[in-house]
Amino acid sequence: MDDLIADFVAECREMLEALGGEIVAWEAQPDDRARLDSIFRFVHTVKGNCGFFEFPRLEALSHAAEDALADVRAGRRHADGALVSAVLAIIDRIGEMISAIEAGEEMPGGDDSALIAALAPGAEGAVAPVVTAADAATKASAAPRTIRLSVELLDRVMSTVSDMVLARNELARRLRESESDVPVDGAFERLSSIIAEMRDAITRTRMQRIENLFVGLPRMVRDLSAELGKQVLVDIEGGDVELDREMIEMIRDPLTHIIRNAVDHGIEKPADRLKAGKREIGVLSVSARQSGNQILIDIHDDGRGIDGKKLVEKAISSGVVTKEEAATLSPRDQLALIFAAGLSTAQEVTAISGRGVGMDVVRSNVERIGGIVEVDSKLGEGTRMTLRVPLTLTIIPALTVSIAGQHFAIPRSAIEEIVRANGEAVTLEHLGGAGVATIRGRRVPEVSLAAILGLDSKVDEQDRRLVVLRPAGGDVYALSVDRIHDHEELVVKPAAPAIMATGLYAGTTLADDGSPILLMDPAGIAQVGGVKLEMQERTARIAEGPAEAVSKATPVLLFRGLDGGRRALRLAVVDRIEEVPASSIKQSAGQLRVQVGDAILPLAGATTEQLGEGKVRLFRLNDGGYEVGYAFAEVIDFATIENEIIHADRLGEVSGVSLINGQPAELVDAHWLFANYVGAASRSKEQLVCLVPGWDPWMENMLRPLVEAAGYRVIDDADEERADVVIASVGEDLPEESSNKTIWLRPEPEPNGKKDDSIYRYDRAGLLMALKSAGAGRG
Amino acid sequence: MNELLLIVTIANERVALPAAAVESVVELDTLIPVPRAAPHVAGLSALRSRVLTVIDCMRSLELGDTDCSDGIREAAVVELDGHHYALIVDLVEDVVEALSEPSPVRAAMGAGWERVSQGIVETENGPLLLIDVAALIAGNEAKAAA
Repeated sequence: MDDLIADFVAECREMLEALGGEIVAWEAQPDDRARLDSIFRFVHTVKGNCGFFEFPRLEALSHAAEDALADVRAGRRHADGALVSAVLAIIDRIGEMISAIEAGEEMPGGDDSALIAALAPGAEGAVAPVVTAADAATKASAAPRTIRLSVELLDRVMSTVSDMVLARNELARRLRESESDVPVDGAFERLSSIIAEMRDAITRTRMQRIENLFVGLPRMVRDLSAELGKQVLVDIEGGDVELDREMIEMIRDPLTHIIRNAVDHGIEKPADRLKAGKREIGVLSVSARQSGNQILIDIHDDGRGIDGKKLVEKAISSGVVTKEEAATLSPRDQLALIFAAGLSTAQEVTAISGRGVGMDVVRSNVERIGGIVEVDSKLGEGTRMTLRVPLTLTIIPALTVSIAGQHFAIPRSAIEEIVRANGEAVTLEHLGGAGVATIRGRRVPEVSLAAILGLDSKVDEQDRRLVVLRPAGGDVYALSVDRIHDHEELVVKPAAPAIMATGLYAGTTLADDGSPILLMDPAGIAQVGGVKLEMQERTARIAEGPAEAVSKATPVLLFRGLDGGRRALRLAVVDRIEEVPASSIKQSAGQLRVQVGDAILPLAGATTEQLGEGKVRLFRLNDGGYEVGYAFAEVIDFATIENEIIHADRLGEVSGVSLINGQPAELVDAHWLFANYVGAASRSKEQLVCLVPGWDPWMENMLRPLVEAAGYRVIDDADEERADVVIASVGEDLPEESSNKTIWLRPEPEPNGKKDDSIYRYDRAGLLMALKSAGAGRG
Repeated sequence: MNELLLIVTIANERVALPAAAVESVVELDTLIPVPRAAPHVAGLSALRSRVLTVIDCMRSLELGDTDCSDGIREAAVVELDGHHYALIVDLVEDVVEALSEPSPVRAAMGAGWERVSQGIVETENGPLLLIDVAALIAGNEAKAAA
């Protein structure tokens, strides 16, 4: 509401300013029709808005003025001097009141009736300049000052800032190449941080509350449901989620379409609803929330749901799938058919939505901006559509890869994992000329980037890396590349039409070294590579069954520490790589800490002596709640742990040793790092089965190594084995046949009341004690 | 008030580009190829932190390839629909004033020239063919689609 009032005030102010000149001119020439019209429009707008905001005095004033002016416009009355001054007095009063509203003050005192009376035909020019005491001095300073800017201007600023980031990158490269000069480096660092700050600020100006998109929905649903003879209640949540303004515009149409569909096809007529045992009024809830760098928009209706079988029949009759294929579809695949072109479930084509050109368009629109649409439905209970869209369009985290010496970028959001073509659990075969990779028992079509691009790769097929990609909405495939390079945040610009026409690229960007890089479009590559995404999804499941039994190879990042040690960190805990000047690392509050941007992180992996001068590279580790920096000298490679891990007999930064790529590497214990660097913890230390239900990265990467180090074999709920002990997060649902003992983990250090016997998740001692006593219980 | 023209040489032929469309003339050194793109897209290059799409005018005109092996090439940078392009030319000569409105060429030209021609303009250096930059950038794809 406050926003709306602010808009109203801003609009009135603008109109008042514009009217300033008109009023004077009108005074001189009362019959000037154009001037009269613009003044009329002003009072009319004010009247309309105040009715809505409940400013009765404003409304009465503007209403009176509007009436009088309407008479003049209709020629029932002549605009004489008295009328002009009466109207002007009213406009002045409106101006005063608006200032008061803006400043959040009481309305200026005084009676308006004299002003209104002065409008009456033949009234004397009795307009006293009532209370002009809204003195300038008190008027000032209220509410944050705002100005209105054109969107084009903002866009220009944004694109200039993007260019500036690129120019900075180029300068950084030149500086690296030339002899480094400390003062110059210092000045450059400062410039860099200012630019980063500026980019943040300008990105924020582009952010808009998603409310702007939601605000029109209730009205639209009301009109629609009235037209269809339905009753629908709209429930909107999360309007304060912020999203790139351009993004909001891009999802407007798909969202509207989904809502129309929900009201038209989803929610039943009141009588049908009663028959089905539901309330007459259907509920349509729309909610938005942020999850990482994505925004999730849920549209849920409690209507009749989607009949998967009907969809399949339809799809067969319209030739989208064959009978044989249809028989193998899982319920989820059946629902996904609504996104196929040429299908509509409505019995009849209605004016509101669809003759079957709907959902496929929705999907392609959302995918074009890097988003995903998902559908979930229970027959008779309702449908849930989820839109996942990225926060912004312009800056994309990407992985650079190379083929035949040329670099390309792949959006990281589409990457599922990276494996070596000849790795332990990976085989690459050719069937009828097509590459098929079997990764841990899962068959994945392989596309050779070299073949797609027509480049001649010198790297032998078996030595290539496979990037397993899941394009938005599609199924996985493996892209073979020569080499994996770095992770970069790229400012992506659209590429020229001639380049986009290839269908392979999503845009262009400049790498840190100043050379142009093409950003690949994973869905486009699949298409050009001839991967049948939908088909694959259905057939892949056959291979999946037995695959579960194969142990999960853990991807790790192999690097050299500052002391020269060859180490590995589980890839999932590494958020990103940062480079900071050594001067931003300080011994403070009992340990080394590093400043990265606005954050201060505890720093592991380094001692003051090792840091020296110049730049320090560090991993930013993240457990979902806290961050720790880990300094290193260089990244060696991405790898997987395929060999046995020999656990260390003493606790510390290193949890064990394993052969990785033929050489021993120390495994850094991320759990220990977080326990020691983030929270308070102490230490302590046994050979049994432990069930960790539900897979989440924290459990997999932090807890699992710890439990394994304690001598347990970790299983998850897919295994049929009976466990000696179960470890679960507080609040999690456990499978019924629980075990002897359950250890609950809580995220906060303090217990929740005396009865709470859960353990803080970084309380290593407590956790190990619990594991030990559980082991002793078995005897 | 007369339009200014940039005289360049493409395939040994002196032609005119509307100077207003040309932002700058640069020397391209590195060229990143764009695999699978239309043949007249020679690649990408970077200019002052901007990505340029490099167009090989020879190929766009179906007159053969520009030899890019010897490194530095001269190119005219133009902007079209928000994208920046570098048009590889043999030589950039001079800027002159147009002395007439373009008039249609009635003689038969090569198919490539025909496509990009906006007519003949008179200049003090004699008549020159005025090139439609957009058509040059589109290459022969546009025609195939039409």
